[in-house]
Amino acid sequence: MGKTFAEKVLGRAAGYEVTANQVVTVEPDFCMSHDNGAPIARTFKKIGVTNVKYPERICLILDHAVPAPTSDHAVNHKEVREFVAAQGIPNFYDVKSEGGVCHQKMCEEGYALPGLVMVGSDSHTCTYGAFGAFSTGIGRSEMAAVWATGKLWFKVPESMKVVVTGKFKPGVSAKDFILKFIGDVRADGADYMSVEFHGEGIENMSIAERMTLCNMGIEFGAKNAVCKPDKKLLDLIKERGNAKSDRWEALWADEDAVYAKEFHYDLGDITPGVAKPHKVDNYSPIEEVKGTKIHEAFLGSCTNGRIEDLRLAAGILKGKKVAVRTVVIPASWIVYRQAMKEGLIDIFLDAGCIICNPGCGPCMGNHEGILAPGEAAISTANRNFKGRMGDKESFIYLASPMTVAASAIKGEISDPREAL
Amino acid sequence: MSEILKGRAWVFSDDVDTDLIYHNKYLAETDPKNMPQYAFEYYPGKENFAKEVKPGDFVVAGKNFGCGSSREHAVYCLEYAGVPCVLAETCSRIYYRNAINNGYPVLFVKGISEAIKEGKIKDGDQLEVELSTGTIRDVTNGNTFHGDAVSDLENDIMEAGGLMNYMKAKVGAK
Repeated sequence: MGKTFAEKVLGRAAGYEVTANQVVTVEPDFCMSHDNGAPIARTFKKIGVTNVKYPERICLILDHAVPAPTSDHAVNHKEVREFVAAQGIPNFYDVKSEGGVCHQKMCEEGYALPGLVMVGSDSHTCTYGAFGAFSTGIGRSEMAAVWATGKLWFKVPESMKVVVTGKFKPGVSAKDFILKFIGDVRADGADYMSVEFHGEGIENMSIAERMTLCNMGIEFGAKNAVCKPDKKLLDLIKERGNAKSDRWEALWADEDAVYAKEFHYDLGDITPGVAKPHKVDNYSPIEEVKGTKIHEAFLGSCTNGRIEDLRLAAGILKGKKVAVRTVVIPASWIVYRQAMKEGLIDIFLDAGCIICNPGCGPCMGNHEGILAPGEAAISTANRNFKGRMGDKESFIYLASPMTVAASAIKGEISDPREAL
Repeated sequence: MSEILKGRAWVFSDDVDTDLIYHNKYLAETDPKNMPQYAFEYYPGKENFAKEVKPGDFVVAGKNFGCGSSREHAVYCLEYAGVPCVLAETCSRIYYRNAINNGYPVLFVKGISEAIKEGKIKDGDQLEVELSTGTIRDVTNGNTFHGDAVSDLENDIMEAGGLMNYMKAKVGAK
């Protein structure tokens, strides 16, 4: 009987063969924390251990509220800096032009690599599956334990296979597919499972699109989500030449691996769609929500703030004016600079958009675009839970960068295919 | 251990996300003792939970309880309010890990999601819960539900007094 991706990676890390539902203790290759590194450091100090086990495996990236909008946030940032200095942690991204959204940084700085076991004290840590890593979100207490011992327990998950064929039609992108998929399997469709994306449809996608898919894994309950480390990915890793570990290995599931669930999709059948308030699985095709009044548009986040996303949105906004406030946040300063070089920032400014500094921005309601009671936003982020971007009585529609751009121009939810 | 816990039910739907349990606007709070005051503030119809919950009351929910963020506040705000355990059909993976790593029990109860939808278990019902067997008796209307007993791993972690002690013992860390 063949092995799934999760069984292979966790088996390699454990040093012996494992199968689904077994509990193993392994040493994660990298562990990522953001602003919440501060409370984790406080928990760590209570353990009574003086030093972290592997300083070089810890990554700390300030992104959730940067620069600090309140003194509470500022205190957290200060404590993270002090901890980094005290423990000699080399992988630190401060509120400087070296930073950005934590998941983007982990991918563009060469931490996310095939076959590694990666954990983060953030639920969207599953994003690194686009780079062939087994990566998953954990809680703060768990992270303190990893810092102290270098180890963590895992239940080897059962696996879900999603086979994807074909190519997107114009005006359609990875976000439309994953929102439709979540609508089909529901918010707990892959609860505790490892989700493997297979097929030529995935190979046709850019690494950025694969990041969008894996990022949204948590929104249907996945423990981790992963795409095959194919030639496109291996070429990118080689071209960048910034791999932060030499422990990586391109691992993938065997042909005869056993899956708990299997789904098939043709990307040519996918059309633009949105997740309506207040659930990510509350899917509607664009036709059903077209014309819904919006008050804000948000382009950015760990889901859709990459250069590829900004290009798609700029393609629609070029020469047009936005009808509502539109907040654009590149996912990192590397993305920001690239957008400047390509003239995208000018396109956004000419259209009337606001550009904010890389970070999480309004995604979880910290700053830079909070909603008033009764207001609705269309957003490229990953969650539309009640009140997430501000007031309890506000509304969030999740959509692709092209749908967000088309909707910003009209001030109402719009079909991007009509704006191409 | 055959201790029977007794308390009132607070009943919730399927897919209760972490913002409904503990909203992101209070994430800067890091002292668990201060977290119960914000519990379920964003859950329609349960805005008074924080004021009215009594130690011993149970949180009863359907499928996928605690979906969304990795925040442990969503566990602490119930634990420190004196809610002895969560009774749910299923809960999200991270919520489950956060709960057992803090030695906080979540009982998986088959059929409770349907029972909630059919009104077979309601807000304010008096419950009796036996953690060792997973038996839940709704004294108000006579219904009985069966939860999964706590697994070996959960039990080990809880008996060790949480993840930190468990990891120290297991891996011999300093």
